[in-house]
Amino acid sequence: MKKKGPLYALFLSLLFILPGCSSLTVLNPKGPAARTLSDTIILSIAVMAFVLAVVYILYIFVLVKYRAKKSNEGYIPEHEEGNKVLEAIWIIIPIIIVAFLSVVTVKSTHAVENVANEYKDQDPLVIYASSSNWKWHFSYPEEGIETVNYVNIPVHRAVEFRLYSFGTITSFWVPQLAGQKYAMSDMLTYLNLSGDTVGSYIGKNSNFSGKGFAHMEFETLVMTDEDYQDWVKEVKETAPALTEDEFKGLLAAEHLGRKTYSSTHLEFSPPPGDHSEHMSGDGTEMDMHNGGEEHEDNKEIHPSPAPSSQTEFDGNPAPEVEEPLPSSPVEEHTHQ
Amino acid sequence: MDLEKFKVHGEPLIYGAMVSIALATIGILVGLTYFKKWGYLWREWLTTVDHKKIGVMYILAALLMLFRGGVDAMMMRLQTAAPEMKFLDAQHYNEVFTTHGLIMILFMAMPFIIGLMNVIIPLQIGARDVAFPRLNAVSFWLFFFGAMLLNISFVIGGSPDAGWSAYFPLASLEFSPTVGNNYYSLALQISGIGTLITGVNFIVTILKMRAPGMTLMKMPMFTWSVLITNIIIVFAFPVLTVALALMMFDRLFGSQFFTMANGGMDMLWANLFWVWGHPEVYIVILPAFGIYSEIIATFSKKNLYGYTSMVFSMVIISLLSFLVWAHHFYTMGQGVMVNSFFSITTMAIAVPTGVKIFNWLFTLRKGRITFTTPMLYTLAFIPIFTIGGVTGVMLAMASADYQYHNTMFLVAHFHYVLIPGAVFAVIAGFHYWFPKVFGFRLNERLGKHAFWWIIISFNVTFFPLFFLGLMGMTRRMYTYSEETGFGPLNMLSFAGAVGLAIGFVLLVYNIYWSTRYMPRDTTSDPWDGRTLEWATPSPIPAYNFAVVPKVKSLDPFWEAKQKKVSLFEDKITKIHLPNNTGKPFILGVIFFFLGFFLVFSMWVPAIVAGVGVIVMLAAMSFDQDHGFYVSAEEVIATEKKLRGETV
Repeated sequence: MKKKGPLYALFLSLLFILPGCSSLTVLNPKGPAARTLSDTIILSIAVMAFVLAVVYILYIFVLVKYRAKKSNEGYIPEHEEGNKVLEAIWIIIPIIIVAFLSVVTVKSTHAVENVANEYKDQDPLVIYASSSNWKWHFSYPEEGIETVNYVNIPVHRAVEFRLYSFGTITSFWVPQLAGQKYAMSDMLTYLNLSGDTVGSYIGKNSNFSGKGFAHMEFETLVMTDEDYQDWVKEVKETAPALTEDEFKGLLAAEHLGRKTYSSTHLEFSPPPGDHSEHMSGDGTEMDMHNGGEEHEDNKEIHPSPAPSSQTEFDGNPAPEVEEPLPSSPVEEHTHQ
Repeated sequence: MDLEKFKVHGEPLIYGAMVSIALATIGILVGLTYFKKWGYLWREWLTTVDHKKIGVMYILAALLMLFRGGVDAMMMRLQTAAPEMKFLDAQHYNEVFTTHGLIMILFMAMPFIIGLMNVIIPLQIGARDVAFPRLNAVSFWLFFFGAMLLNISFVIGGSPDAGWSAYFPLASLEFSPTVGNNYYSLALQISGIGTLITGVNFIVTILKMRAPGMTLMKMPMFTWSVLITNIIIVFAFPVLTVALALMMFDRLFGSQFFTMANGGMDMLWANLFWVWGHPEVYIVILPAFGIYSEIIATFSKKNLYGYTSMVFSMVIISLLSFLVWAHHFYTMGQGVMVNSFFSITTMAIAVPTGVKIFNWLFTLRKGRITFTTPMLYTLAFIPIFTIGGVTGVMLAMASADYQYHNTMFLVAHFHYVLIPGAVFAVIAGFHYWFPKVFGFRLNERLGKHAFWWIIISFNVTFFPLFFLGLMGMTRRMYTYSEETGFGPLNMLSFAGAVGLAIGFVLLVYNIYWSTRYMPRDTTSDPWDGRTLEWATPSPIPAYNFAVVPKVKSLDPFWEAKQKKVSLFEDKITKIHLPNNTGKPFILGVIFFFLGFFLVFSMWVPAIVAGVGVIVMLAAMSFDQDHGFYVSAEEVIATEKKLRGETV
């Protein structure tokens, strides 16, 4: 009777949430990395629900039984030291639970920090994702194309995002495909991601980065391999090349709509080095061509798997070259 | 001089705040003059070195800051209550959530706890004051003027807007060119020095000034928790001091510690910040554990179950608190090994914390539980904090954190930890020790009304945020679109926030009502307490104990009552007390101006104020003041008046 607060809220929240369980984006994964994380989360919720249940049952029992009432008036409880056995129990059982969860953590962290098992034999498609102000640049060094605020990837394909920032720390996150990772100005970070269902997924910066933060989103389009190849071809044929001046303009802008180019900024504005180079104090060079060439060589050995049958989306690439600004009401002038 | 940079433009809200601050200031000044209270204020409060009065001032300041931080919170919940709200713009929203975090942690939770510490610790250990009463006043005034410096930022120059964690390079001059983050580095620095001094002061007080017979393992749990907390303060705050100094150099003098160019490392700030920031969480939560332990023992009429393991679990928590900082940025790309290490150390904290929860439950077992207002907050803490704890374990799992990081799930988690773990505790402690300080209880009926409003509304406000996090809503977004589907749960959360506001208004109203109408307490022990603070008369005389008590067991006052013996065997003799001094207050004022001038890079006045600080410190160092004696007759007379004729 005393403790209806949490239960009450739980009930209320459940009422709201139950109709749309699929709206829990994080628990509705569309790629192996996100699926590993979703499974980990559900497992941890189950274990924690057990812990909560133990505490709550004990709590209610104690409160009901030992509350002050007429019948025990004048009762003065006896002095009671601890009990070694009982205390050992509630030290050892939590240690076992923590040990179990530690194993789960190490395994799942290892899993998502590497290429997913089903795509282990592929050489990943490398995409550089860099943030500037409140927009994302995606560079495909192998294809030699670059986009702004949208990224297309082939389905059933290991993709390695290499993340960095032209300014503040941002966090690259496509919740339905993989967990997030920071993009920073002085170090390259890596994120393995694959989609196993064709479709459009929202991606965003999740790390607060100033005034335009709330509108820093991009679309991740997982498309069939053919559609992807067609899109790449079309971009190469129709989109303009990205010049250094044009890129400077892109960096300076606060928000942009979608943009598409048939060359990348990596040639004239190389990304920072990875962590080891950073620590040695020499983070200016990055040999993105090596990865690219290797990848080109391996492409025939490891062709991409056939598109999934359970597609949800026709995957029309729609490579709009220039689109007007999305709804971004931020117009104030800022520093450059 | 360029007056333009002092101005904050636009918002009617800001003009409203300016006007209300000006009116409140004028009101206070006129009131003080009209009622001829200037002398009283100076003699009794501004110059006091009495730990009880300093504690009361800390708590008053904390309540004010609770109001300020609460208004920030309401503005945030209102702005996000529905999609595309137009209540605040992005810049204003960013300032509001930044100051909400800073104020609630550093200028509400911390001072509230330090205030309770100040009032209670010397009483609990049977001492007449803290070890360094003057330093104690310095601590308070540095905290107070640091808090004031941060608060004026709202109307003069603009508030910090890079989040309470102020990650670089966002907080660097390049991306935050306003003076907001100058305020951050200086206001926190000034009050941080005060906190550091408090840490030293209370360690010495607890280690050196306990009543005869009170060994370490006979100290009340609150005293233990405060000892450990202050050790954490002494180890953690220097890191903040250094980080803030480097930040100030970066922003004011063009150094490049955390910037993007010239070898600056933005991640270094994140590391330094959280090396301080995580222990900081335990600085506010461990004393709360101590308060709950006292209250549970008192209102179940039992000694604390598993005292030894309670002490050891706190020691282990304090050690682990320094080994978990990187869990705040698993997503920074440290790799599997580092993340696994920090996952395990973080989850390990659940073990000692669990020990405490079970020990509390077993203290209740076989007790006789009475549901007073302080006990209600304590009992509400257990189930709610456990939700915060288990979600903490979920967040500790590095892999899963890749999905929770920076989302509302995290926001829900730390509110589920900090509000029951710190705020309920200080409210409980406030209700519990109020009669000791003021000589009357707060009204129970009003107190329980406020309690139910606060508890239910708290859950309505923060439980939906867990789901919003799983839906992919990130924190610190000032707006979102209709299609995201975040609307309904945010609206529910806003409704909860309104309920919380009502609860806190009731709580404050209860203070007012009880001051006017509650009967004065004549027993000096209204809750049938167990520890030494209840052995003093209420209100407490300046010297606390006419005779220093002799302690033989863990709950000395309880035992003395049971066995009908006296704790005070010695004869009353003259008592030595420290003199009041205005120097700490003046030092605080000068620090305030030093900070203000540095914020605006006004070098000449800043140098003058800096010299002023040095002069004041020198003057205080060479001050010859040997205090004064209260004569035995005077003590006897006071005791007679306070306790009736029994002495």
